[in-house]
Amino acid sequence: MPVRLTLRDKEFEVRSGMTIRHALEKLDIQPESVIPIREGELITDDEIIKDGELIRLVPVISGGCK
Amino acid sequence: MRQHKLALCKEHFLAWIPEQTQRIIKKYHMFEPSARILVAVSGGKDSLSLWQVLHRLGYLADGLYIDLGIDCGVDYSNKSKRLTERFAAENSMQLTVASVAEVAGANIPEAAKLTMRGKNKPCSLCGLTKRHIMNRAARDGGYDVLVTGHNLDDEVATLFGNILNWKVGYLARQDPVLQATSSGLMRKVKPFCRFYERETAAFALMKGIEYIHDECPFATGAKSIYYKEYLNQLEADRPGAKLSFYLSFLKAKESGLFAEVNRDARAELNICETCGQPTSAPEQCAFCRTWNQVRSRDVANA
Repeated sequence: MPVRLTLRDKEFEVRSGMTIRHALEKLDIQPESVIPIREGELITDDEIIKDGELIRLVPVISGGCK
Repeated sequence: MRQHKLALCKEHFLAWIPEQTQRIIKKYHMFEPSARILVAVSGGKDSLSLWQVLHRLGYLADGLYIDLGIDCGVDYSNKSKRLTERFAAENSMQLTVASVAEVAGANIPEAAKLTMRGKNKPCSLCGLTKRHIMNRAARDGGYDVLVTGHNLDDEVATLFGNILNWKVGYLARQDPVLQATSSGLMRKVKPFCRFYERETAAFALMKGIEYIHDECPFATGAKSIYYKEYLNQLEADRPGAKLSFYLSFLKAKESGLFAEVNRDARAELNICETCGQPTSAPEQCAFCRTWNQVRSRDVANA
């Protein structure tokens, strides 16, 4: 079963067994620009993603004038 | 945190952020423990996290939320205001809400259409208006210092943009601490200036702080976001590049780079004849000039 990743209103699928950082690079998403969350908990870049998981990606870049 | 070669569990990360904040406040002599602090809060992850950290550290920190009146079909300002008000109430913090429409006569999107400033993008007018209202609120409220939630990514993106265009005046002024001036500019400091954006977001999420995840609708295509993405690419290849870029800049400034420019700029400040706030212009400040133009065009169009 693939791993599903969501970012805002987009959904991606990748194969399991790689690190989340590797998965993000494969999807052309800058790892620095998101925080991955699994079952409500933040996970580190070196976590291996597993079959059937759903990972929510929270964008961290804010812009414009503060 | 690859830039620090450091991996922390949740418990230690949540302790590390306030410890480092305190260290940064001391290192840059930002303010004393007894200072009255006004935190500019937007409802975003940085300012709400900073406000909470300052409170936990025992500082007397009140909040200022500026209602810009931005809707754009996503209810942006109302949403961020509600989150900020709820946060303040839940944490028993003192919050002041200043509405741009009440202070100046129109909300930001309406006003932007009536001025040439910013070429149809309200960001320039918005920045000008916020800086004016923040300074006035801090001064009138008797605060010692104005605090903003700028993080390292904000600082590095600004630095990068100013270097690309060699905006020497802006480079001279960029600093974790902007000193107060006798003409009335409040002391302004950025205690989160050495935290990566990813760290402040992680802190907010771990703390369960409800912040506005949506970007300002007008920030789409903003240069600052483009620079941040570019710099993140650099960071991915060279962990620590952003931090090193910023710290090297501060070190160079400390060694005297831009000192001449800074001295000249500070000597030139005047007092606006309309609002009494400091300005580099000889008569009226940019805020008064721009908003007078907005109000006169609004009347003409009525």
